[in-house]
Amino acid sequence: MRTLVLDVPGWNVHRPGQHVDVRLTAEDGYQAERSYSIASAPGEPPAITVERLDDGEVSPYLVEEAVPGDRFELRGPIGGYFVWEADRADDPLLLVAGGSGVVPFRSMLRHRADVGSTVPTQLVYSSRTFDDLIYREELDELAARDDGLELIETLTRAQPPGWTGRSGRVDAELLREIAFPAERNPRVYVCGPTNFAEAVADGLVELGHKAGRIRIERFGGT
Amino acid sequence: MGIISRGFRGRGRGDDSGRLPPGQYVTPDFPVLSAGPTPHTPLEEWTFAIEGGSEPVRWTWEEFRALPTETVTKDIHCVTKWSKFDTEWEGVSVDTLLESVEHDRAYALAFCDGGYTTNVPVEDLTDGKAWVAFAYGGEPLEPEHGGPARLLVPHLYFWKSAKWVRGLSLRDEDEPGFWETNGYHIYGDPWREQRYWGD
Repeated sequence: MRTLVLDVPGWNVHRPGQHVDVRLTAEDGYQAERSYSIASAPGEPPAITVERLDDGEVSPYLVEEAVPGDRFELRGPIGGYFVWEADRADDPLLLVAGGSGVVPFRSMLRHRADVGSTVPTQLVYSSRTFDDLIYREELDELAARDDGLELIETLTRAQPPGWTGRSGRVDAELLREIAFPAERNPRVYVCGPTNFAEAVADGLVELGHKAGRIRIERFGGT
Repeated sequence: MGIISRGFRGRGRGDDSGRLPPGQYVTPDFPVLSAGPTPHTPLEEWTFAIEGGSEPVRWTWEEFRALPTETVTKDIHCVTKWSKFDTEWEGVSVDTLLESVEHDRAYALAFCDGGYTTNVPVEDLTDGKAWVAFAYGGEPLEPEHGGPARLLVPHLYFWKSAKWVRGLSLRDEDEPGFWETNGYHIYGDPWREQRYWGD
């Protein structure tokens, strides 16, 4: 896992939740392109947080090979759907992340803090182990601001001694217990691997959340 | 050629089949991409409708499944960069469906359970170019892949192959659908790399 801060001449201010396309070109002209969510807030330089995939082509390069000063092509910001902006939304905000699905939510939560929003917000963040949690200290600091952000972390594979968060997967039972109920009509954003996103979305619908209030960004197999 | 990325070698060469559009890579997987929860419409409530012709036409699931079907093997290309070769589908050709409809419209807007829409010119749906598919790899189409039935328009980026499709609305104007109003290209030809607005 690595976060790269990018220096992009002429970058347009992005919206929280948007993504970029990265294109790498080898010396013989061979190219590979992938999409990455933007991890930084609007007004900050674009940053991407890349998880190294064992069978990946672009991610091993970005995580292990690239050094400051290296150059590659970037397209973006892209997308207008999986976006949350504080000035347009008073409804509670429910963010549900699986693994590196937390990346676009870091942009949203930094933005939320930057503009001083106090919109009631929950981040439900599922990770395999404690060491797999991304942005852990930053998220703790954001939650400690006491501005209406609640952080709920759950570890699915192993929990360290003294772990005070949750254990196990995000399912309807956990959501019923800790997440905003459907009656509060939260805007819901779910980002994670396909199986995670399917299970969370099914659980939310089961609990009465309207399908039209649930925005999903899935990744998997790539 | 773009900026050379120092130290990047890549490993995707070897596709010399001419079947891989620019910017794509081949995957053996079948990733899932959709914007909302997966709908689960019971077959007894499912219908497929074509609106905008001289009169509306509608099939129940039973009627739809009684129509002649075709089995086709196609390469598919997702705007998120993956392509998958030789996917096998069974479905009803849109030509077959349109035989029941009298119209002279140039565009169609596919509509779906969950509210998803996507726009496709009628000429890209006819002459053996598009199907309403209900089986994949010889098995009923799974809900997360668009079951019970999805549109299949394999020569365009795969977001045009609308999951959970429930009908076509025929129109005179090319009205942008869901992704087309959210930054994605109005037409979506993978060979011209028409991914986003401005491509």
